[in-house]
Amino acid sequence: MSRFLNDPDNAVTETLEGFLLAHPELERRGTSRVVTSSTPPTGRVAVVTGGGSGHKPAFIGYIGDGMFDAVVCGDVFASPPVGSVLEAIRTVNTGHGVMLLLGNYSGDVMNFEMAADMARDEGIDVEMAVATDDLGAGSNVRPDQRRGVSGQFLIWKTVGAAARQGASLAELKQLALDVNSATRTMGVSLNGCTLPGSTKPTFSLDEGQMEVGVGHHGERGRSTEPLVQMDEIVDRLVDEIDQDLQLREGDRAAVVINGLGGTPMLELYIAYRRVAKVLQEKGVSIEVNFVGEYFTALGMHGFSVTLMRLNDRTLGLLKDPARTPHFTQTSTPN
Amino acid sequence: MSWDLKEALLHASKNVQSARDQLCDLDAALGDGDHGTSMARSFAAVERELSSTESNEPADLLELVGNTVLNAVGGAMGPLFGSAFLSSSTALRNADPSLSSPERTAAAIAAAANAIQRRGKASVGDKTMVDAIVPAAEAAATAAGQPDATSATVLRAAAEAAAAGTEHTKELIARIGRASRLGERTLGHQDPGATSITLVLESLAASAGAPVGHPVLTLN
Ligand SMILES: Nc1ncnc2c1ncn2[C@@H]1O[C@H](COP(=O)(O)OP(=O)(O)O)[C@@H](O)[C@H]1O
Ligand SMILES: [Mg+2]
Repeated sequence: MSRFLNDPDNAVTETLEGFLLAHPELERRGTSRVVTSSTPPTGRVAVVTGGGSGHKPAFIGYIGDGMFDAVVCGDVFASPPVGSVLEAIRTVNTGHGVMLLLGNYSGDVMNFEMAADMARDEGIDVEMAVATDDLGAGSNVRPDQRRGVSGQFLIWKTVGAAARQGASLAELKQLALDVNSATRTMGVSLNGCTLPGSTKPTFSLDEGQMEVGVGHHGERGRSTEPLVQMDEIVDRLVDEIDQDLQLREGDRAAVVINGLGGTPMLELYIAYRRVAKVLQEKGVSIEVNFVGEYFTALGMHGFSVTLMRLNDRTLGLLKDPARTPHFTQTSTPN
Repeated sequence: MSWDLKEALLHASKNVQSARDQLCDLDAALGDGDHGTSMARSFAAVERELSSTESNEPADLLELVGNTVLNAVGGAMGPLFGSAFLSSSTALRNADPSLSSPERTAAAIAAAANAIQRRGKASVGDKTMVDAIVPAAEAAATAAGQPDATSATVLRAAAEAAAAGTEHTKELIARIGRASRLGERTLGHQDPGATSITLVLESLAASAGAPVGHPVLTLN
């Protein structure tokens, strides 16, 4: 697949340059891969995330008030190196500690762990929470081996809001783990994606087929199946999520319908329509919804459904104001 | 070591960069398709650093490679290859002075294997680079005990064992890392990280002047 690029090897660097020009409220030092908010997190814990690039608006689109203080950008789909993570921790620490949020990918986990150890040796308080919301690989995969996918948006939003309200490092870590265990995601797609510099997609399907259980790196999913109608797909995704999450009548939920970068909004809202109907039939009330592109995969034509069970605290944190380049709300998103 | 480690590491760096596309293809089947890119970029940085360092001391060179890889790209390969080179450097620095040159080479490979297992927590059979480096370390230890052992014969034995281990990954179901999410679909595919380990050992062995018996590495 062709792409609109200059030198593919400069894709991440040039995106960062453009992003910083478009959003002068963000900062980075020189050619660093660490992007920070220009307002330091004075008097509170700093929240940092990072990972491979190619997921815009994640992650740098969410730097700002109520979400991230810094983001560490890797190459396309590759974890950033230890040195960059350590630089981010040092840059945003104001003495109240640093909360690292990441998805469960061995590269990210190893690089962030090594950096966290080095920062602790320098006397900085650091905690790390690893998201595992994806059910795409099926129920035979141990929960701690699951990927972190678009349900992470709900972790970022709640932890960012709680940090802004002054929660301690230990509270933030617990919150991240609680939100993670209340959240499940399942994705489908019609194709893989083509990395900058590559000429072939990671996989492609015949017309009339879909890949079930995809993540957001163009990886294959659990199975290739005949494409069916949207309502049937959504029923299947919600059903698999619910077998694990076990929402009950009277529960309150947050829903994310996330497009992977090549899915028209038309399709995303048809998916949301069905999720809303299915949950209503179960007697589950949707208190917050996010329909759009929050965490993409270089234009994959696919989407995921995320459901989260809410309590008063997490609902309040999701509705808390935020102001970032790609996600801003004054009080409530609905 | 009597052979020129800097030349050997430069040779390995070039071979890794040339294998970029094959390594990406292997990773596209099992992971996210970036392994060749990450390896190529890291070893381009290694090539630059090695070309500009004055030192020819093996422990210094391995440390330089380790730090360069660790801070070049990231990914899963950064901490794994980075820790492997750093630990092999430490092993050479701390080696008992009475050890022979082939014994030191084997100790460095053993240290690399330990580092990869400690950092990634994978075991033999999980379908990762551990399936190449652990048999390589065992074969190196055995080869170092032979009466006519040289660093070259140790590296050759390590490279051949790594290649066999890499070939065997085709028969394994991935149990750790990105590929683990694909379960049985990983059968038949060769692990990219194991392939890279073999490529590096193979390049070092070739530079050390080991006689090449048969081609040990098939990329696809
Ligand atoms: N925990 C681990 N222990 C050992 N090797 C691992 C581990 N996780 C991944 N690997 C190795 O890393 C390779 C993938 O490397 P790479 O593509 O660079 O990283 P990423 O998974 O971040 O995309 C795999 O083929 C495997 O050999
Ligand atoms: Mg990869």
